[in-house]
Amino acid sequence: MLGLDADRLRADLNRLLAFLFHQGILDEQYLQLQQLQDESSPNFVSEVVNIYFHESEKLLRNLRSLLMDREFSDYDKMGIHLNQFIGSSSSIGAKRVRNVCVAFRTASDQNNRAGCLRALELLEHEYCILKNKLHELFQMEQQRLLAAGVRYPMLN
Amino acid sequence: MGNMATQTQFHVLAIDDSLIDRKLIERLLKTSSYQVTAVDSGSKALEFLGLNGENEDEERNSSVESVSAADEDHQVGVNLIITDYCMPGMTGYDLLRKIKQSSSFKDIPVVIMSSENIPSRINRCLEDGAEEFFLKPVKLSDVNKLRPHLMKGITTKNEMQSNTNKRKGSEEIQSPDRTRPRYNELEVV
Repeated sequence: MLGLDADRLRADLNRLLAFLFHQGILDEQYLQLQQLQDESSPNFVSEVVNIYFHESEKLLRNLRSLLMDREFSDYDKMGIHLNQFIGSSSSIGAKRVRNVCVAFRTASDQNNRAGCLRALELLEHEYCILKNKLHELFQMEQQRLLAAGVRYPMLN
Repeated sequence: MGNMATQTQFHVLAIDDSLIDRKLIERLLKTSSYQVTAVDSGSKALEFLGLNGENEDEERNSSVESVSAADEDHQVGVNLIITDYCMPGMTGYDLLRKIKQSSSFKDIPVVIMSSENIPSRINRCLEDGAEEFFLKPVKLSDVNKLRPHLMKGITTKNEMQSNTNKRKGSEEIQSPDRTRPRYNELEVV
């Protein structure tokens, strides 16, 4: 029975992944991360993603505090934050977050404060979706491993 | 077995100011069985290589002539350098120039990575001595392209040794065969 649970969980996991790719939330770079995970580095994906969460939340706080400042004019600084966000999002396959950052950067390059504020709202929203979905993925993966582990003590 | 393994492993020095990209390139390289040292700036890379000052002769007591990337006489044996382009302070391009200007390290293959696809930037790096230019995010298929550049370093060294020993060119064992790693030559240390 436990083996069947593991199979069902794997099917659910694949369905969720397919959904995320279809929605453009993740792209094939995420698959690259998964391919790099093996017995010698069994937590590679979650390690990298957790670094991403940590850095992204810091960047979002910085972006918000920059824009909330009435005297704000340092669009160069904002551009630096956005470049970092674009780079890291691209590296983990966070496609939609990356695309919103690019649009944000365009508004910043044009010194368009209202546009930047709108982009920030959208970015915070997209980041929230991404984080929730990735947590869901990791939880399902944990459950699947547990289910498979009980029945098959030797995991592939 | 452990000692033999580290002697025959290629050592890659990776430079990137982004922690995530450092983790990624480290994993990509380790998956390909390379030994990796990852640092977050060009100046740290130069420090690691022992190139601190303008005049490197001041830094080095012995004037060891290095003709090959895999030079075991160096304290630090680095076979390839892979660096991000956009970094605060010293860019990857600045680092490339410094390495190519160094008598000890100019023969080490250098690869540049960048998230931006700017042809003039790519051309400039390649013209100034970079072996490859990878667009980020870097993939396993990119890292697979590194091996020929690393094997070239070994081959050059063996050609030098072979030429001093004998001149019989009947067996072409020196040609860079990218499909077959020649472990017997790698173990000559």
